[in-house]
Amino acid sequence: MSERLATIASASGLHARPAALFAEAAGALDIEVTIAPKGAPEDDALDASSILSLMTLGAAKGDEVVLRASGDGAEAALDSLVTLLETDLDAV
Amino acid sequence: MPGRVIGNIRHMPPALAEPPVGEQLSDSVTAAQAIAGLKEAAATVQSDLRTRAATASPEAKAVLDATAQMATDSMLLKGANKLINTGLSAERSIWESGETVAQMLITLGGYMAERATDVLDVRARIVAALRGVPAPGIPDSADPFILVAEDLAPADTATLDPAKVIALLTTGGGPQSHTAIIARAMGLTAIVAAKGLQALDAGTEVFVDGAAGIISTSPGESERAAVATWLKNAEALSVFDGNGVLADGHLVPLLANVGGGKDAVKAAAAGAQGVGLLRTEFCFLGRETEPTIEEQVTEYKAVFDAFGSKKVVVRTLDAGADKPLPFLTDASEPNPALGVRGYRTDTTSPGVLARQLSAIATASEGSEAEVWVMAPMISTPAEAGDFAAMCAEAGLSTPGVMVEVPSAAVSSEAILGQVSFASLGTNDLTQYTMAADRQLGPLAALNNPWQPAVLRLIQLTVEGSLAEGNNKPVGVCGEAAADPALAVVLVGLGVSTLSMSARSLAAVAAVLKTVTLQRAGELAKLALAEPSAESARAAVREALPTLAELGL
Repeated sequence: MSERLATIASASGLHARPAALFAEAAGALDIEVTIAPKGAPEDDALDASSILSLMTLGAAKGDEVVLRASGDGAEAALDSLVTLLETDLDAV
Repeated sequence: MPGRVIGNIRHMPPALAEPPVGEQLSDSVTAAQAIAGLKEAAATVQSDLRTRAATASPEAKAVLDATAQMATDSMLLKGANKLINTGLSAERSIWESGETVAQMLITLGGYMAERATDVLDVRARIVAALRGVPAPGIPDSADPFILVAEDLAPADTATLDPAKVIALLTTGGGPQSHTAIIARAMGLTAIVAAKGLQALDAGTEVFVDGAAGIISTSPGESERAAVATWLKNAEALSVFDGNGVLADGHLVPLLANVGGGKDAVKAAAAGAQGVGLLRTEFCFLGRETEPTIEEQVTEYKAVFDAFGSKKVVVRTLDAGADKPLPFLTDASEPNPALGVRGYRTDTTSPGVLARQLSAIATASEGSEAEVWVMAPMISTPAEAGDFAAMCAEAGLSTPGVMVEVPSAAVSSEAILGQVSFASLGTNDLTQYTMAADRQLGPLAALNNPWQPAVLRLIQLTVEGSLAEGNNKPVGVCGEAAADPALAVVLVGLGVSTLSMSARSLAAVAAVLKTVTLQRAGELAKLALAEPSAESARAAVREALPTLAELGL
């Protein structure tokens, strides 16, 4: 299991368009990635490719989240998703 | 709603029935098969939505793309799969899973709560796909068509694309229903409360004349010629020069009904000579709590600024009945149209109206507009007096009342003794005079502002103003003002200004220009003497051949 900590950079938080772009990117991967607020139990982690899960997570700008994945390519996949979370997608 | 078109009809699919509570998987289907079927249905819905998004307008595309993404969302489908594994049918499972997700979003509030509607829409589409029936909502079609529906829900009208739907025919709703109001605002050819529509097969070619209320099959040469004439006239009828005047030079200012700043900018561009009705509740609708004074000032000022130094008549909050507001109205009233609505909410929720008046006064100080303020649902001179006092307290100098309740029409002399002007809200005045709910199709014949009893109450209101002696203006701001034939009658009854959807200004102006004040008075007498709404309308239309020539 690989883990990464990321800070939400989008001005509107992980809502609307930023959430849609992130869910799409996570869904395009061959491995399953989960997302959870920093400090939350691993069992409560949500599917990162689910736009509805991301919306219910309600992460705001500056919030820290933990991404988890395992298997081949997990490290590279997580790196790319962290980059996405740490970009202000509202400004793109 | 005027307009002549020829096109093929398509029926609005019936509303999707909720899968029965506890509906079980059928014996021939395993849970695994049902889960696979659900996944397939979700993928079909997603690809349909993506296809539609590809050709949609930018705003519609954003909504369709977001909805498409939700269709195969793991949270939605996993929730359903769990329920399928307990033995529930796929339809019931996705229904309940969608409900759970939507509730979760509603609890989060704000932007998330707004997305709950998309989840419920996706859920209905997946159930329709599972059942093999057409998706609910306005049918999708590559070619423009004439839409046939029982009635449209507000959510349907929001997605109505005028490039696709060239005319609207409904079996329900009266001429004053919200569907009719929206069709008029969009300039869409429409006939409401029409009979025999269900007998028409999808794809049938029909001719529709919205003004005359004619729907005919197998259109021929004469119908094609009528459409051509309309198209030629429509161009002239879409331009208003900003000067409402009769043939003899008598001025009848034509104003617009607006719901906010955007509307106001459009109305000003359409030549409106001011705003005769600013529906302030549209700034409040969908709110859980009262907007702050600052928010209100911004909203009102946007409208004032669109009209420079012209007149803007602001109607204070008209909540209740078909426009409930959680912080003002009691949804459990057995008879909301006769309940605590309009001005009456000041007795149950004191303070909201005073704060609104103060916001209007502040917005008015910062603008050039001539601001008048009126209260809806006034029934007695005492209420009018109380409202005038509140306006004076807020520093607003031109208080008025809506005349919608028959008692206000009958006692207009005493009421106008308390305030500076009156504005007839013919939609509600008709529903209360005839004791007929505006929204009910079966009562559409009663719910018609051409009813001679309604015309008589309008006349009484004008007579009250004359008796009061200070020449206080009586205008009309209901849908009646947008009917060019009825507009002539209203002017003949002594009404001084007419306020309507901006779309109707040009047509009303074109007809008013052809009559003198004396002729309008004769036509009003003609209408008042008729025994029914139908015969009153027919008599006036026959005496005004301009209408048929213009296709109005």
